[in-house]
Amino acid sequence: MTIDASRGAEAPPDLVQLLTPEGERVEHPDYDIDLTPEEVRSLYRDLVLVRRIDLEAVALQRQGELGIWASLLGQEAAQIGSGRALTDADMAFPTYREHGVAWCRDVDPVKLLGLFRGVNHGGWDPKEHNFHLYTIVIGSQTLHAVGYAMGIQRDDANAATIVYFGDGATSQGDVNESFIWASVFNAPIVFFCQNNQWAISEPLEKQTRIPLYRRASGFGFPGIRVDGNDVFACLAVTRKALEAARTGQGPTLVEAFTYRMGAHTTTDDPTRYRVASELEAWKLKDPIERVKAYLFKNEHADQAFFDSVAAEADQLGADLRRRCLAMPDPGPLAIFDHVYSEPHALMEQERAQFAAYLEGFRA
Amino acid sequence: MTTMSLSKALNEGMRKAMEDDPKVLIMGEDVGKLGGVFRVTDGLQKDFGEDRVIDTPLAESGIIGTAIGLALRGYRPVCEIQFDGFVFPAADQIITQLAKMPMRSLGAIKLPVVVRIPCGGGIGAVEHHSESPEAYFTHTAGLRVVACSNPVDAYTMIQQAIRSDDPVIFFEPKRRYWEKADVDTSSTDWWTPLHAARTVRQGSDVTLLAYGPMVKTCLEAAAAAEEDGRSLEVIDLRSLNPLDEPAVMDSVRRTGRVVVVHEAPVNSGFGAELAARITERCFYHLEAPVLRVGGFSTPYPPSKLEEHYLPDLDRVLDAVDRTFGY
Repeated sequence: MTIDASRGAEAPPDLVQLLTPEGERVEHPDYDIDLTPEEVRSLYRDLVLVRRIDLEAVALQRQGELGIWASLLGQEAAQIGSGRALTDADMAFPTYREHGVAWCRDVDPVKLLGLFRGVNHGGWDPKEHNFHLYTIVIGSQTLHAVGYAMGIQRDDANAATIVYFGDGATSQGDVNESFIWASVFNAPIVFFCQNNQWAISEPLEKQTRIPLYRRASGFGFPGIRVDGNDVFACLAVTRKALEAARTGQGPTLVEAFTYRMGAHTTTDDPTRYRVASELEAWKLKDPIERVKAYLFKNEHADQAFFDSVAAEADQLGADLRRRCLAMPDPGPLAIFDHVYSEPHALMEQERAQFAAYLEGFRA
Repeated sequence: MTTMSLSKALNEGMRKAMEDDPKVLIMGEDVGKLGGVFRVTDGLQKDFGEDRVIDTPLAESGIIGTAIGLALRGYRPVCEIQFDGFVFPAADQIITQLAKMPMRSLGAIKLPVVVRIPCGGGIGAVEHHSESPEAYFTHTAGLRVVACSNPVDAYTMIQQAIRSDDPVIFFEPKRRYWEKADVDTSSTDWWTPLHAARTVRQGSDVTLLAYGPMVKTCLEAAAAAEEDGRSLEVIDLRSLNPLDEPAVMDSVRRTGRVVVVHEAPVNSGFGAELAARITERCFYHLEAPVLRVGGFSTPYPPSKLEEHYLPDLDRVLDAVDRTFGY
């Protein structure tokens, strides 16, 4: 099979876009957004900072401080746009790549590193942030999100759920079951699919013959494709879908059309399966550059602003590095912690035996 | 005291749990109007409504996955898997999510989800309707695994499982659904803890260890053995994870002989775990190796053959005889 090097060079005609790659504001009949210059500057800052967190984490992995890292490079707008559309009462269910959404939910970035460093499997309290733990099994969290949304219905709460997954996950049974469940129970949920074109080495054609957003119609709810590199459009589309969910109009599938500019994870080598020209084409649609161009052109920000954000990013990166290195290794008996919520005889027995065994080396 | 069948006892237990706690939900295939294919949830939807007794789409992974989500929102879902052999589409959600999410959260998340599974054979069913998959779940850390054998335990254990903050896999012996007993529904003072075994017949020569449908078979075997002058002790384990080790070991130290009985295949079955633990704890008390009676290492056979596959009184007694051959 030949690889289509022109992939992504042209925006598909059915794409919701409010900010072109050149930084021009464009109108869309169904979606609009009215952002103050301050709000745009804030989005820009988010985008830059999460890219910096990501770059620092990649570097930490390269230096042996993390076992692995899943980079969000290229997907910042999809994550910040959708993440900033959430209210505090909304609940988000991520995959393992939603570092940008975690940022929007005020999860301390160093807590994201725990599972990649191997000190825990997930280091934050989901209830504190309304941001669930990272889920590594592909697509599992879509069902959790629908169940949570069914709970919102039963609580009669003014809230919605958003669940993140990728193009590869759309082939999973759980994702399709979650579509069915959400549809028949009219659950208040937004399915946010970041179609980054690649499921490790498998291109989109291995998952689907039709555009992913069109899958929704078969399940009986709306599907929308949005420019995933356009933070304005991602914010506008997600906001509307969340509001529909909160007001009893049921689920929406949002396909954020974007591109994984880095490797799947730090263990991956994309040069084995995709051509360089594809990456070059997508670099021209960078999610951060277009916001910067917009701010510049409209004189909503000056060089001092961009310099200050860059300085803040550097400080954030340095701080993240310092705190990553200071992260303590868990003690050996932590193996037995939290396996059960209530006392469990076997856990207590094995913990005591292992403690005694370890004690034997001290004598 | 009320006389009720095992299925009715489960029904009454769930009804009580739903009355006690508005967060308790029932979900599964056909659990609503139909009341479940075994009628275990009969009448609950009528009395508690469709929001609390949820007829789900036909997708087992979806049942468990959405139950997890509901639990994350503060609910206590009781999921019915229609038959033992249909639990496998849900195995991924049970093993990778339900069992592991609390640890993943460093204790921030509790998942009080009960997964009810009618199990075992003996009802003349087609393929996938007679299996005993308990060992898959006892091997999975993070789950509690229990099995009721009679109406009294059905009534109490289902309520205790629902109250547990940990996920519980709850096995129901489907061929015993129609067995009846008197159940005291007036107080909880007499209840046995969920994870305690119970000596259901005292004896001095051999310990029979069983759970779920095989408890009755072992009691029948013990009654028959008495005529031959052998005194068999029968322990209903009730809980497989955690196991009530002290109860098992106390009995073994007195009798010195053990036969484990379950419907599941002997090979890598729960009996292997029991045999190993007994050997470790009671080696010098044993007069014979721990023997196991169970299904063969084959798929569950067509129903015309199941009487040969399932352990019965004679196969239990044959093993008892063999323990005296050492």
